[in-house]
Amino acid sequence: MKISTKIKKKIRTAKSYKFLFEELVQRDFNQKYKRTILGMAWSILSPLLHLLVMKVVFTQFFGRGKNSLYYTTYLFSGNIIMSFYKEATKNGMSSLFKERRILQKINVPKYLFLLSKNVSAFVNFLLTLVVFFVFCFFDKIHFGPHMILIIYPISTLLVMNIGIGMILSALYVFFRDIQYLYDVFLTLLGYLSAIFYHVEDFNNIMVQRAFLLNPVYVVIKYIRTVVIDCQIPSLECHVLCAFYALFYLSIGLWIYKRYNHEFVYYL
Amino acid sequence: MSVIECNDVSIRYITGDLKAIGLKEFVVRKLTGNYHVEEFWADRHISFKLEKGDMLGIIGSNGAGKSTILKAISQILLPVEGSIKVNGTIAALLELTSGFDEDMTVKENAYLRGAMLGYTRDFMDERYEEIIQFAELEKFEDYQFKQLSSGMRSRLAFSIACLVDPDVLILDEVLSVGDGAFREKSGNKMREILKKGITAILVSHSISQVRELCDKILWLDHGKQIAFGSDVERLCNAYEEFLQTQKVPQSEAEIDKLAADFKIRKEKEIKEQTSELRKMMGTVPEDEAYRAAIGFLKEKYPETLRDIDKLRD
Repeated sequence: MKISTKIKKKIRTAKSYKFLFEELVQRDFNQKYKRTILGMAWSILSPLLHLLVMKVVFTQFFGRGKNSLYYTTYLFSGNIIMSFYKEATKNGMSSLFKERRILQKINVPKYLFLLSKNVSAFVNFLLTLVVFFVFCFFDKIHFGPHMILIIYPISTLLVMNIGIGMILSALYVFFRDIQYLYDVFLTLLGYLSAIFYHVEDFNNIMVQRAFLLNPVYVVIKYIRTVVIDCQIPSLECHVLCAFYALFYLSIGLWIYKRYNHEFVYYL
Repeated sequence: MSVIECNDVSIRYITGDLKAIGLKEFVVRKLTGNYHVEEFWADRHISFKLEKGDMLGIIGSNGAGKSTILKAISQILLPVEGSIKVNGTIAALLELTSGFDEDMTVKENAYLRGAMLGYTRDFMDERYEEIIQFAELEKFEDYQFKQLSSGMRSRLAFSIACLVDPDVLILDEVLSVGDGAFREKSGNKMREILKKGITAILVSHSISQVRELCDKILWLDHGKQIAFGSDVERLCNAYEEFLQTQKVPQSEAEIDKLAADFKIRKEKEIKEQTSELRKMMGTVPEDEAYRAAIGFLKEKYPETLRDIDKLRD
């Protein structure tokens, strides 16, 4: 009797969490797409405009891309991955603090707010991914079953975004100025992710290896290897993707567990 | 088995430099040794026990630690010392109008709030009509939330919150929602919930409400537990006297004294008021005064008039 009521309560709680999660996702979608005039079209237009600017700047002014065949695809792949990472982590950062009035009064699982932000960033990314494939087509990229491989780096990136979002959202509760510092960091990260240049341009092998410390670059590299070079990336690349995802996720989980009850003091 | 057991609970807030400064400032202050945090005990050594069906009233002036102990019971805060055991589900009936989304419709917001309060979708589907009717917002379902007045917002918040069916219900100053008519309605609704025999905790600045509803009293002052017990009348009397004199009682005897003082003061007041009333009635024409008195009794204490009728029969 007692055990069965306990199980019933567990199921009810799980159901209510699912309900909350769905409602949050729906709210984030409304906020993102319903309110702006262009709505969903902007999600597609924005990366295109970014791409256009970069393409013009780097081919016309800096003379890049002359000797590489698929420079548009090269730029675009770096761009959409970086945008996905930026959007997911930046939105994740403020997710806890924005709900402070609720969190001060109701005992709800805090990670749900972060997860729903990540879902919305992920869907947005999938939209840009469709545009990316259209461009690949025009760039005469070879399509084949090997393309399925890019699911792997994308899912590890998704997990890593959640982990880093957890860390940032916790930090943001304690230190409000982290958002400005993170913006600076993102600019730096953008330049260090080889979006518009080739890592092979550096002659020093140690410098080339150092790029692997950047998780976003590893994901970009993986996707380029599959899409542009039509090759299966090295084992190292696979291991690094998984390592970064699990590493940041476990730090994030640990912080949420450790500080779960302390957030309220600072909100 | 008791429903709630608070054992020597202490809760500490950290104030001072941490909250307002950013990371840059934090690092600089840490390095220069200018970093100071202060501890602030919002509750110190609070102990009480509630059985099923108990109705606890927490009284105390502002800053007594009432809301903090409620947060600890609803597991939003963890006590630094001591332990809190709760057997069963807790729901807080909050008057919480913030946290709604301005651009979503009333219906969408109702569902979102329901989800945050831990309801399931089936439950919300089933009860949504009831919520909207109770909040008197049938015509506004598809309005955006920003178009609602603040009265409508709090009515909606209360209507969603009061659907709860928990083992423990927490009521934190919820009984002053909306205009007069809605206030009465919400008060009745709450009494209806309480009649189901659940355990409840009430925080209210209205001492007459506490007297009416509660059968146990926890009196806090600046985080300290002044008293806990089931002699509601004595404690409420003492508390009301304390509000006048601002003298914090240190022992049971002092509480007794406060309660006794209160009775004396009340009796005196009543005597004064009665003689005042008599004087006033003497100055107006007699039948006018008589009619006014009957009218007053009819309105406030109709049962006394019935008794008179019975006597006449």
